[in-house]
Amino acid sequence: MKKHLKVALVGNPNTGKSTLFNALTGLNQKVGNFPGVTVDKKTGACTLNPDQQATIIDLPGTYSLYPKSKDEGIVLDVLANPANEWHPDVVVFIADATNLKRNLLLYTQVADLKIPVIVALNMMDLAKRSHIKIKVDELATKLGVRVVPISARKDEGITELKQAIAESGEFALQVDTLDFDELGVQNTLAAIQQKLAIAQPYVALQVAHNYRQLNFLKPEQQEYIQQLLAETAFESKGLQAQETLARYSFINEVLFDTLIIPLQIDQETYSNRIDHILTHRAWGFVIFMGVLFTIFQSIFAWSEYPMSLIESLFIWMGDTAHQFLPAGALTNLLVDGVLAGLSGVLVFIPQIAILFAFIAVLEDTGYMARVTFMMDRIMRKVGLNGKSVVPMIGGLACAVPSIMSTRNIENWKDRIITIMVTPLVSCSARLPIYTLLIALVVPDYRVWGLFNLQGLALMSMYLLSMLSAVLVAWVMKYLIKARERGYFIMELPVYRMPRWDNVALTMYEKVKAFVLEAGKVIIAISVILWVLASYGPPAKFKAIDEKFDSSAYTTQYSPEKIDQLKASEKLENSFAGMLGKSIEPAIKPLGFDWKIGIALITSFAAREVFVGTMATLYSVDGDASRMESVKERMAEVRNPETGNLVFTLPVAFSLMIFYAYAMQCMSTLAVVYRETKSWKWPITQFVYMTAMAYVASLVVYQILK
Amino acid sequence: MKTKLSQLAPGESGIIKEFTDLEMSVKLMEMGCLPGESIQVERIAPLGDPIAVTVSGYQLSLRKQEASTIILQ
Repeated sequence: MKKHLKVALVGNPNTGKSTLFNALTGLNQKVGNFPGVTVDKKTGACTLNPDQQATIIDLPGTYSLYPKSKDEGIVLDVLANPANEWHPDVVVFIADATNLKRNLLLYTQVADLKIPVIVALNMMDLAKRSHIKIKVDELATKLGVRVVPISARKDEGITELKQAIAESGEFALQVDTLDFDELGVQNTLAAIQQKLAIAQPYVALQVAHNYRQLNFLKPEQQEYIQQLLAETAFESKGLQAQETLARYSFINEVLFDTLIIPLQIDQETYSNRIDHILTHRAWGFVIFMGVLFTIFQSIFAWSEYPMSLIESLFIWMGDTAHQFLPAGALTNLLVDGVLAGLSGVLVFIPQIAILFAFIAVLEDTGYMARVTFMMDRIMRKVGLNGKSVVPMIGGLACAVPSIMSTRNIENWKDRIITIMVTPLVSCSARLPIYTLLIALVVPDYRVWGLFNLQGLALMSMYLLSMLSAVLVAWVMKYLIKARERGYFIMELPVYRMPRWDNVALTMYEKVKAFVLEAGKVIIAISVILWVLASYGPPAKFKAIDEKFDSSAYTTQYSPEKIDQLKASEKLENSFAGMLGKSIEPAIKPLGFDWKIGIALITSFAAREVFVGTMATLYSVDGDASRMESVKERMAEVRNPETGNLVFTLPVAFSLMIFYAYAMQCMSTLAVVYRETKSWKWPITQFVYMTAMAYVASLVVYQILK
Repeated sequence: MKTKLSQLAPGESGIIKEFTDLEMSVKLMEMGCLPGESIQVERIAPLGDPIAVTVSGYQLSLRKQEASTIILQ
């Protein structure tokens, strides 16, 4: 008897696998990532009995060991490779008792890998309600494994399951479910078994089918298999079909006298009745729009208060720290660099928590599958997925939680395209820039007595953003190569009540993942940006200090005004200021001067920083957060050389278009890195968005000029 | 005359006979669409595609193009 067991949970999607995982581990779980893919790797500790502990790993739900996506490939990678760090001592196979036949297909594949296995027969309560009878003992005898009836949602049978895990032996006792001779590939399998030292013929067969995707094979082994398969004319697809049929005939034999399903299936289920309304030609869309609107409003309205609370808390902490810590470079770095960066991370928590609460409910109830069902036709045309709708609407509030939510999109290509275009949707951080610039150049004037011209301008920016996102998605559909064949075949699970503990857990996990993973990148970039904007050549900075300390200024201006003038001149001469000046030739065709260049650099942290930078650069009186005073000051700024106004209509529109397209948000880039596990995608996104912004601004400015 | 699953109207059902796409057939069989199994079209998405079917006791959604690879008896 091993003191510490490794247990893997394997099963079809929608069988209650994660509910069972929660029931076994409680809150004792860790969420990580499998290398190379973005599937959450959930592991947790479980006390089987006072003497025995187990580590439970929740493997991604799949219908078969033949992977249809990278995520599903994880299951085979772990189970077929004894050297894998997560290769289990025992597999708990979770099967939906209301749909046993299909569930047993994956069971037979797993069983033939010859790892000790226990079957957890879930949803026994639902099966009973539908008058489905399963002769558990006979089933166990026929399969040669322990079968434990459970109901994970009601916490029934969990103790018995733990006991079964604790008593599991070292050897796989299950009966063979496949006659390999029937497939006629004995020689090929024998050769693979010998070459790779594989004991089980079914592992060899899986290796033969999937050798390209299995991470544990060495290149020369893959080459060997490729050659072998060509020599022996190994027909992968045909053999898979043949094997699947053979497995089902085994399952039919097993279930023939162990499963009794009532005949009356004409009775309309409650799920069907709900679907009549929720996927109705007209009502379906009305309800879906209502759901989207509610999500969008909630992210906006409910997060505003906690967000400003977090911000003011950090401002207070910063002020207090400045008061009590000795003044100096280290304190400045700590407070204005690190603390401000931390504030920039934590401020996203309310939005992430709220969006994921909704998404967890939509997924849990089964509604998300219906959304995909309804929206597939339109979204497919532009290379997106029915599920892309939710992140894109969420993008109106903030791209950060929305990009995190794309994990629900199973298809890799659809997911990548959604991630790539979501930041184009006009987020709430663009709003201060738009309102400032529109108020500056668009007259407050009614057309046809109905439409306010400023309102129209703002609405056009939003429409433009949506249109651009769809257009770019359509282009990317042709540019991005799919690594897997795109299926739409998808289960429509029956409607269920959401599990509130799961909703809470999802919120907590997503917030934690964002703070710990994307947070690092955000803090690092914000410290760099802070250094760029607060430091410059020391000689110059010293000269500025001396200039404003001289009596010429101290007698003429109030101390506040001197601070303002000093801050403005220091920013102009900082490293960021020098960068702004050096990019001026490049941005001049867009109508931007070097001061706007500085704002473009500082607002890489977040778009709304643009307003604050403008306030500093133009030494705005009073509270810089007051938009009105920034606007008034900007309206009168003139170019010192030509004497012309700086913020003319062409410049303002060019600037708005630039912010509409440019990837001016380090948090989004950090989260894209986290979700795609490579710098390739955030860099691609940054490059394509900046290029688009540049060209669009250039066109707008040159036309309007 | 061959009848394809994609040709059925909501409420109509048939028995699966064979598949025309080998690769897709593996996926379909894994999801419970087996030769000999009865399959019923439940509804069609509001925009005309995809469709929802009931097969071996649960509901699947698939695109019409995918449904057209399933030949009925």
